[in-house]
Formats: sequence, C-alpha cells, structure tokens
Amino acid sequence: MFAYILKRLIYAIPIALSVTVVSFVLVYLAPGDPLNAIAPADAPEEVILALKSAYGLDKPVPVQYGLWLLRAVQGDLGTSIASGRAVTAEVLSAVSNTLLLAGMAALGGVLIGCILGALAGYRHGTWIDRVATVISVIGVSIPHYWLGLVLTIIFSIWLTWFPAMGAGPGGSSEWMWDYDHMRHLVLPALTLSVIPMGIITRTVRALVADILEQEFVTALRARGLSGFAIFRHIAKNTAPTVLAVAGLQIGYLMGGSILVETVFAWPGTGFLLNTAIFQRDIPLLQGTILVLCMFFVVLNLLVDILQPLIDPRMGRG
Amino acid sequence: MSASLELSLPLADVAAPAPSRSYWLVVWRQLRRDPMALAAGLILLIIVGAAVFAPWLAPADPYKASMIKRLLPIGSPGFLLGTDELGRDMLSRLMHGGRLSLLMGVVPVLAAFGIGTAIGLFAGYIGGKVNMIIMRVLDVFYAFPSVLLAVAISGALGPGMSNSLLALTLVFVPQVVRVAESVTTQVRQLDYIEAARMSGASAFSIIRVHVLGNVLGPVFVYATGLLSVSMILASGLSFLGLGVKPPEPEWGLMLNTLRSAIYVNPWIAALPGALIFVTSIAFNLLADSVRSAMDIRR
Repeated sequence: MFAYILKRLIYAIPIALSVTVVSFVLVYLAPGDPLNAIAPADAPEEVILALKSAYGLDKPVPVQYGLWLLRAVQGDLGTSIASGRAVTAEVLSAVSNTLLLAGMAALGGVLIGCILGALAGYRHGTWIDRVATVISVIGVSIPHYWLGLVLTIIFSIWLTWFPAMGAGPGGSSEWMWDYDHMRHLVLPALTLSVIPMGIITRTVRALVADILEQEFVTALRARGLSGFAIFRHIAKNTAPTVLAVAGLQIGYLMGGSILVETVFAWPGTGFLLNTAIFQRDIPLLQGTILVLCMFFVVLNLLVDILQPLIDPRMGRG
Repeated sequence: MSASLELSLPLADVAAPAPSRSYWLVVWRQLRRDPMALAAGLILLIIVGAAVFAPWLAPADPYKASMIKRLLPIGSPGFLLGTDELGRDMLSRLMHGGRLSLLMGVVPVLAAFGIGTAIGLFAGYIGGKVNMIIMRVLDVFYAFPSVLLAVAISGALGPGMSNSLLALTLVFVPQVVRVAESVTTQVRQLDYIEAARMSGASAFSIIRVHVLGNVLGPVFVYATGLLSVSMILASGLSFLGLGVKPPEPEWGLMLNTLRSAIYVNPWIAALPGALIFVTSIAFNLLADSVRSAMDIRR
C-alpha cells in the first residue's frame, strides 16, 4: 500500500512539472509584445528597457521560466500588470470562491446523481429508469451558461427568489456563511451541478444494472438476504468507480465554472481569467492557470490514492 | 482466427478480419430502425439545412440593424422570432448563426479525428519507447480540465475564430489518440498482423489494410460523442468573447450580447442557447445510437 502511494506520488511529479512548463510557455504562443499592455506605443527606449528588466522580460525564456518556477514554489507568482497587486493573493481569493462553487455543485450533483442512478439501475426498464435516462442526457447536453441564464430569468426576474449576480450583498467578494451570501450561491451552484449530475446518474445506473446481473447477487438472494443487505453489497461495489468519476468531475467543474461565473458575475477564477486574457495580464494568466491545474493534479492524485483504500482488490494489483 | 489457418491461404486471401463494407451497412440499417437515431437525425437535418441554406431561406438581412425596432417580442409582424438588441431580425440571425456555430463545433472534432487517429495508429503500431514518450507527453494535456485548456489556449492565442478552432482541436486530439492507441496496441499483437508482416507486407499497408479498419470503429464512436461537447465548448468560447467577433451571427456570441436583454425580453435572450441545447442533445442521442448500433459485433 505504502509502495503504491509512493509510486503515485513519484508519477505525479513529472506531470506537475510539465504543467508548470505549459502554464508558462502558453502565454508565449501569443503574438505581440506583453509590454503593450503597460507601456504606451510611443514610450521612449529607456522606459521600455526599464520595464523589461523590471518584469524580467529581458532574459531568455528558459531563464525566465526557471526564475518564475523558483518564485512560484515559494508562493510568489509575480505582480499583476493590470492591477499592480500580488498575483498569489488575487488567485487565492478567487480560487477559494471557485472551489466553494464547484464543491457545492459537485456535492449536489453527485448526491442527486447517485440517488437517480441507483433508482434507475434497480428498476431497470421502468418509468423511473426512463426519467433518469432523460435527465442524464439533458444534464450532459445542456450548455450550462445558457441554463444559468434561464434560471436567472425564472428565479431572479420572475419569482425574485434569488439574486441574479455576485457572491454577496453589495457586490462583496468576501465569502461568509450567512443567509444573504448563501442566497447568492444557490443559482450558480445549481447551474453547475447539472453536469456532474448527468454523468454520475449515467455511471451509477450502468454500474448498478451490471452488478445486479452478477452471480453473487443471485447467491445473496438465494441465501435469503433482501433489500438493504443487498443494497449494501451493491454500494460497496459501485463506490470505487463512483469516487473516481466524481473526483474527476470536481476537477472539470473548476474549469466549467469559468462560464457559469461569467453568467452570474461570481468573483472566482473565471472572472480573473477573463480579466487576464482581455487585458493581456501575463503574470495573472500564468498564475491562475497554474494554480487551477495544480488543484486538478492533486485531485487526481487523491482519487488514485483513495481508490485502493476503499477497494482492496486494487491495492493488491 | 488462428495464424496457421491464415498462413495456409494464398496471400490475396489473407483478408483482414477488420470490419468490412458490409459491417458499416449493418450499422446503417441498425440506425435506420432506431427511432431515437431517426428523431435526432431529423432534428440535425433541419438545423443543418436551415444553416446551409440561410442566405436563401432567411427572411431578412442578419446584419441590418434598426434603432426603432429593438427587442421586439416573438411573433411581431414581419419578425417571426422578434429582434435583437440592435433591431436585427432574430430568425435570420439564428439561421445564419447556425453556420458558424455548427462549423466551429464540427470542424475541431473532424480535425482531431484525423490527426488523433494518425498519431494513435503510429504510436500504437511502433510501440516501445516511442509510444511511451508520445503517450506521456499527451498525459500532460490530461492534467488540464478541458474547458480550462480551451479557454487558456484561445485566451493566450488571442480572441478569434481560427484560434478557438485550434484550441478546441488541441483539446480533443489527446483524447482521440488515447482511444486509437489502445485499440492499435491490442490489434498489433494479434496473430494475423504477425502473419501479414511475415508475408512481407510493409508497415504502411499493414496499418492501412489490417489495423485501420479495427481502429476506425471505436474512434468513430468516440468522435461522435465529442460532437456535443465541442458544440457547447465552441459556443462557450464565443460566449466569453474568445471566439467569433461581432457583428458576425453566432449562437454563443448572440447569447452573450443579448444577456443584458433578459430584463426586457427574456425569451429572445434565451433563443440562441436553446438552439445550442437542441443541437447538442441531438448529437448526443445520435452518438448513443451509433454506439449501440456498432456494439453488435462485440
């Protein structure tokens, strides 16, 4: 078991390193000088040179990468060109907002998905199954940014139950666990939860239907077990796969939230990425992508490590 | 099928057990009998038809704005689906918008299908260290959630249609490669490939005759499944302002520019997204049908 965890950890290192390379190099694909964002077009030569050395842009790209990585490891992602604030602080506050949104969406989506999927798998071929199938197809096909818009129209404009925008009253971006903030969370989280819900429903339904057909279930029935006892066996058998799928989904949600955050003006990484892209704020862009991807890498690692813990067959393999 | 049996046959008869022409015919017949596939196909046919023939079918010029006719409701005389925030005819814009939206959804999948299959075949057939290096490099792309990767690439390259096409293709290629590579690796170890190699067939012709037919099926199924994702992502990029630029009609972009109109005329604002949804659900249903139709051989 320990050897397995160690192997996974070692395997994650080159992936993490390559992610830093991609996050750094990506921005150099872009045509145009990054200095254009800060220096006026008619700036004198000395000013340009001074700016270049201030942002470290006068060194060769590999050296720039090395220095950037060295500082990034120490938690310093540079200074945002647009706002002049430290990138690390900006990214961390945005990431915590995104994680909150993605976490809530994943929780709701996985929970509903498991219930729907289990019902559909148990009652294979009945109307419950058909309803669950339709819901899951809708869940994976719906453009969630549009769903957000439709939910806003229904629940904010017509019913005025929930606010349409922001993460708190008066456009505050500091999260608190009070009634007013939670009301702001409902619509974006609901919108985002539809994606994992569809996928989890589909997965659980197929798994449960599959396991019910296996011989050990017949054997359990033959032994006189029924209802909850059999359900426990099925739950144990589906858990590892569901965990793996759910883990990946949380990661995808951190990406998917970019669009939903735009719809609801949620102060998370999507908002930050938008600013970074349209103002060509390179340190901010690199930092946001890096932090998000590192979360994704760590998440994958956690799933890999947790899986054999709940499924002993895998640890031995 | 055993190797000895095949070797005893004359060379011309060493037919690959790869799916033949009749296999695709069987799949086609299966699909024609599937009501879900028929319904999805019909919906797509209407949407694609309306988009392709938009210049002839659309009732008005999709670019012609009018300050006094802004955000007319659905069913207004002369404007069947109302007008947008600049007073342009919604029906015409939606029809024209389908051209770019469908193009941006389908082209990346087609490109990734071609490029990914080629890389996957190569990596899987060569095997060994080269294969390992290619697959490890592609693993890096898996460390990025796909929406983030698409946004990051097209954001880094700068807004624009060709950049978002490139970004989406880059997102899908590694996924297709994985499918193609795993099938190729399995097929490569079969006896009849060994037999073909011993009878002097070149690597290229082995891949073309014996491997490709086996790989194409699973990759095709995977790629049809990507169509719906690609539609949503492509329009999503335009929605963020990273894809098509105004005043070009495109569903994602229209959804973005009409966003402020939800307080005035919510139905109009919801229309472009509804079309993305319908297209994507049709693609998904079709992909499900293709998957089950092609499973008959397994």
